[in-house]
Amino acid sequence: MDRGLKLERLVIRKGAEVLLRMDRAVPPGAVLTVMGPSGSGKSTLLAAITGTLDRAFALEGRILLDGRDITDLPPQARGVGLLFQDALLFPHLSVGGNLAFGLAAGGSRAARRDTVVAALSEVGLEGYAARDPATLSGGQRARVALMRTLLAEPRALLLDEPFSRLDADRRGQVRQLVFDRARARDLPVLLVTHDAEDARAAAGEVVTLSGKLG
Amino acid sequence: MIRAVPPLTLLLLLGPVAAGLWGVIRPAFGVLPAAGFAAPSLDPFRALADWPGLGAAVRLSVGVGLLATALSLALVTLICAGWWGTRAFRLLQRLLSPLLSVPHAAAAFGLAFLIAPSGWIARALSPWATGWDRPPDALIVNDPWGLALTAGLVIKEVPFLLLMVLAALPQVRAGERLRLTQVLGYGRMTGWLKAVFPAVYAQIRLPVYVVLAYSMSVVDVAVILGPSTPPPLSVQIVRWIGEPALETRLVAAAGAVLQLALVIGALVAWRLGEVVVARLGCAWAERGGRGRHENPLRRVSLVLGAGSAGAVLAGLAVLTVWSVAGFWGFPAAWPQGVGPANWARHGPGAGSAFGQTALVAGIATALALVLVLGCLQAEARTGRRPGASAMWLLYLPLLVPQTAFLPGLQTFLLGLGADRGVASVILAHLVFVLPYVFLSLADPWRAWDSRQATIAATLGAGPGAVFWRIRLPMLLAPVLTAAAVGLAVSVGQYLPTLLIGGGRVATLTTEAVALASGGDRRAIGVYALAQSAAALLPFALALALPALVWRNRRGLHG
Repeated sequence: MDRGLKLERLVIRKGAEVLLRMDRAVPPGAVLTVMGPSGSGKSTLLAAITGTLDRAFALEGRILLDGRDITDLPPQARGVGLLFQDALLFPHLSVGGNLAFGLAAGGSRAARRDTVVAALSEVGLEGYAARDPATLSGGQRARVALMRTLLAEPRALLLDEPFSRLDADRRGQVRQLVFDRARARDLPVLLVTHDAEDARAAAGEVVTLSGKLG
Repeated sequence: MIRAVPPLTLLLLLGPVAAGLWGVIRPAFGVLPAAGFAAPSLDPFRALADWPGLGAAVRLSVGVGLLATALSLALVTLICAGWWGTRAFRLLQRLLSPLLSVPHAAAAFGLAFLIAPSGWIARALSPWATGWDRPPDALIVNDPWGLALTAGLVIKEVPFLLLMVLAALPQVRAGERLRLTQVLGYGRMTGWLKAVFPAVYAQIRLPVYVVLAYSMSVVDVAVILGPSTPPPLSVQIVRWIGEPALETRLVAAAGAVLQLALVIGALVAWRLGEVVVARLGCAWAERGGRGRHENPLRRVSLVLGAGSAGAVLAGLAVLTVWSVAGFWGFPAAWPQGVGPANWARHGPGAGSAFGQTALVAGIATALALVLVLGCLQAEARTGRRPGASAMWLLYLPLLVPQTAFLPGLQTFLLGLGADRGVASVILAHLVFVLPYVFLSLADPWRAWDSRQATIAATLGAGPGAVFWRIRLPMLLAPVLTAAAVGLAVSVGQYLPTLLIGGGRVATLTTEAVALASGGDRRAIGVYALAQSAAALLPFALALALPALVWRNRRGLHG
């Protein structure tokens, strides 16, 4: 079986113009870094993979995840996890509620609560389950967002400049944490960034988009 | 299924307007088969022309409409030009929600109780300043020129237009524009008028048209504050409908068509006026005057603005005093005794009217919310937003005068065999509640960060779960505000309740307006206060509930 994330002769067009072409495979545990200036179509590529591409764009080619063709699946059925530059914790849920939202349905209440508690302690946030997400620091929010994504048990992880909003000393920590957790789960990772240091830390293949289009 | 909501909404919005216009135009030309009139003729229009009060009624309708709109717009413009960004302006802004939610009829009663010869103002000045020991014999309320009516409209349209301007200011980057003019040496007011107002006006044009159409054809405020012999055209139409002879129904229909024509004509004239004002304004701007002597005008605008807001609030106060007043002789400023006797006498009647009001308003608002949320969800799914022409459709029920299509809707519903009851009244209210709920909710709903939906979807949530578990809870505050707006609009409706309910649905508004001719100030005090409470209470809840539910969620405190 063909494990990992495979972008097979992917072409994204806006009208008659080709926005980007991509033909790559990301094996489990590996990181593919896509670099380029803003407007080069980095976020459009991620939208194509999550299934939230705007109607203005047309997509050709196939997206395969662990051998399964997910090109035409709705976003919620793809098994793709995503982290934005903002943590985007749901402000009306507690920290634990955010994690439980990510956790697949089923299991007893006690079992779900134990999973959430364990996930929090995995990132050094013991006892934070009842907290209001708005009271967390930027680094803490990023860690909660990571665990929320991982509890949904995705089969690939997409990162949309997820470290750019963190202050310099937190950035390295969080970046290492994300890559470690992804590798521990053997996930293929696609990182979109304009920060060369991100690319170095990812220690994987780097693709640079030209960015001739807006 | 969600894709069917926008067309269904348009049908519920425009169907009654179209059916109502059709049901007015046919009898206006002599065709009312249900009453045995089958042959088209111009007799209804001849009868209308033969009515001796027609000239005065038309003059009143047009004059009051144009004057009230021009004054309201001028006052709002001057207040914003002179005071935007100051402490005084922020105070006015905080008063906006309560001012907006006071129903037109209650504000009109309050104003009448202030300015009447035996009103609070005359009492406060008598006898020490005026020498009056009995009310002067002057026709201030119900004056033949409609000045009291105009004032009553202005004090309610100023907060409405101010709200529209406030929504438009960020869209036109008013702050940057104003700073630019100030760097070039322009005074605050001159700079605002020359550089900000043109862009703002382009944004609030439709609401201004709504104010014009409404002021020309209003019925409840005109019954309370307007002249009665002859009354404005809209009031006379309603009188004709109320008469038992079937021929007068045809005259009423002819009057309704005339009312529609007058509103269309006034809108066209206003549009032409815009062009003239724009020309003059450009010439004025190009002359480059910096505005050295604007301080007196600035102060006048503040006094007028404060007076307009104060009239509504003082009106509520005098209604409150009357509702608990015992004997209150002229020129005493306070009643000799206060007590719950008036509430004990009128409370049960007001209570049952409150029940009807809440029933109609609650169901109409719930329907409107479901439809508007459905439309906005359909928009999010398809990625297509309604364009400028759709906005016109949304405003159409507010631009077509109520007197022009509600009589026809009444005959149309009777022809269908529909019951003259609560259900029909709710459908009629929905026509007016829907646009306001949509206008109130659309911007905050669209401004929501859609990356939240993307995140939720990648966590396995389908569109339904995203809506119920993420978007709706996060937008609880604007949804409740839109609901409060819808409730206030429904509570204030007079003509739809009166005509479509056929007198069988008694709400606080119809009961209060019916008291206008009797002049029992204690009963009016009770009913008008109850009406205001019915409109204000939802706004208070819309503020309090999200603060309570999300008290431990700082991220949701605006």
